[in-house]
Amino acid sequence: MAKGQQNGAQTGTITAKRGLAQMLKGGVIMDVVTPEQAAVAEKAGAVAVMALERIPADIRTAGGVARMSDLSLVQRIMDTVTVPVMAKARIGHFAEAQCLQALGVDYIDESEVLTPADDKYHIDKEPFTVPFVCGARDLGEALRRIAEGAAMIRSKGEAGSGNIVEAVRHMRAIRDAIAELAGAPSEELIARARELGAPLELVRAVARERALPVVLFCAGGVSTPADAALMMQLGAEGIFVGSGIFKAAAVYSNGAPEYDQNGFPKVDPEIALRYARAIVDATTHFEDPQAVVEASKSLGGARPMYGIDLRALDEKQLLSVRGN
Amino acid sequence: MAPRVGVLALQGDVVEHVRVLRSLGADASAVKTRAELDAVRGLIVPGGESTTVIRLLDRFGLSEPLRTRVECGMPFWGTCMGMIVAAHDVAGLEQKTLDLLDVTVRRNAFGRQIASAEVPLAIPVLGTDPFPGVFIRAPWVERSGPGVEVLATLAGHPVFVRQGNVMGTSFHPELTNDVRLHAYFLGMLLPYGEGEASGAGDATGPVGAPGVASGAGGMAGDIGSPDSRDSGVIPRSSGSRPRS
Repeated sequence: MAKGQQNGAQTGTITAKRGLAQMLKGGVIMDVVTPEQAAVAEKAGAVAVMALERIPADIRTAGGVARMSDLSLVQRIMDTVTVPVMAKARIGHFAEAQCLQALGVDYIDESEVLTPADDKYHIDKEPFTVPFVCGARDLGEALRRIAEGAAMIRSKGEAGSGNIVEAVRHMRAIRDAIAELAGAPSEELIARARELGAPLELVRAVARERALPVVLFCAGGVSTPADAALMMQLGAEGIFVGSGIFKAAAVYSNGAPEYDQNGFPKVDPEIALRYARAIVDATTHFEDPQAVVEASKSLGGARPMYGIDLRALDEKQLLSVRGN
Repeated sequence: MAPRVGVLALQGDVVEHVRVLRSLGADASAVKTRAELDAVRGLIVPGGESTTVIRLLDRFGLSEPLRTRVECGMPFWGTCMGMIVAAHDVAGLEQKTLDLLDVTVRRNAFGRQIASAEVPLAIPVLGTDPFPGVFIRAPWVERSGPGVEVLATLAGHPVFVRQGNVMGTSFHPELTNDVRLHAYFLGMLLPYGEGEASGAGDATGPVGAPGVASGAGGMAGDIGSPDSRDSGVIPRSSGSRPRS
């Protein structure tokens, strides 16, 4: 399972780890909690699914400690779909990450959506064979994660909020900081690296290439086809949808969510499929408003999840401030 | 005249291919729409997720036009996902494909992502230097029809195949600095492009330039003509190809 060489084949290389994220570009990665949801996501055209024990909106409601998913459930999701399966580990919880690698998941999300296990350090991701994706609010945070070995970055947004404002803020922050570095004279880069809290070599590479050395997706708050089109036009190379699909398809009775016999929130699979397809279509043709209109119409009246005004939350309720 | 070649841009590692093609002097552009497809003389389908892209090809009405162009001789190269899209069928899965290449592919044949690897490959048609093979959740060819040439293998399985104007690789040359396979593919375009030398005055234009679609009408007339078919492109032996 460790990185290795066999018959001249080298696994776990930077090219192999960053490469899988490159194959996901232009696509939508969907949070799923059950094999049934994973099958809906794949049918809708998701490029990958993210296995977690509850979608972020439900984590937010339930409170308590959110951990890595039940591994037997992750295994069943892996057995159900042919697209890559990602799974979340807590920030700094390298033993959860070791388990997910041993299980054979295709990507690990060291995620602020789960309750952090370490309030100081992230996982040293470089020695792993399996690649990692991490969240970032700004360029410095993105480059620190890349220095630790992250092979893909997603803007954090505010997961489970149904509110796109933080995703926009983080994507603009990353994009604007890259533009600023690209325009900076070389003698300023050492000071800039110190300000960013990032290794000089990475800062120089970003200034030279005018881009991160890894793929940049958007996450946290995408809940409509137009949200996806907005983030793609702001420079995201793909979209994570956490609660936006299956929360929109949640089944309620008398205003309260219904649960199945396993304790998972009930979803209407037809609405979920329609909703998921609409977000995929809008992500594909993000630059064509007519296509986004068609995608939105195809929702057939299904309504987006309830959104939270983030000004009504206090600092303790924000997920995006976890990890730095 | 720089050959105008498209990279299917519904999803996947598109810009990586465009960058290599442009470094070789090709007029490369992203293809998302029917008009953009009509404007290119060759098409690369990049790496990505086959279930996603096959659905989007159908959703946006590109499956049949693409199949028709390739059957009329347009050079086609699928890398990884692109080879799955082009295959006759997928081993062990009920997955729709475009059936452009008489092979059965096995998806994720080497294993999941932890088995993704870089491997030096012997590819005799490119010379004696090994090619840097980047295999990411890669498929291999499990069965190939009589008209299919096997140009490279790994662990006893074909990973680079060609059937006339259609080629497929399990690996990702666009993720390396080795441009030989892209140059090989552009070589397949040259004879195909003869007979329509005029009309493409904006050969160095940017992706999505307004003029790109304008030559499509004239080009469509040339595609199936005997001139372009007989000018050096090896026709696929379609007779033995099962049709789904």
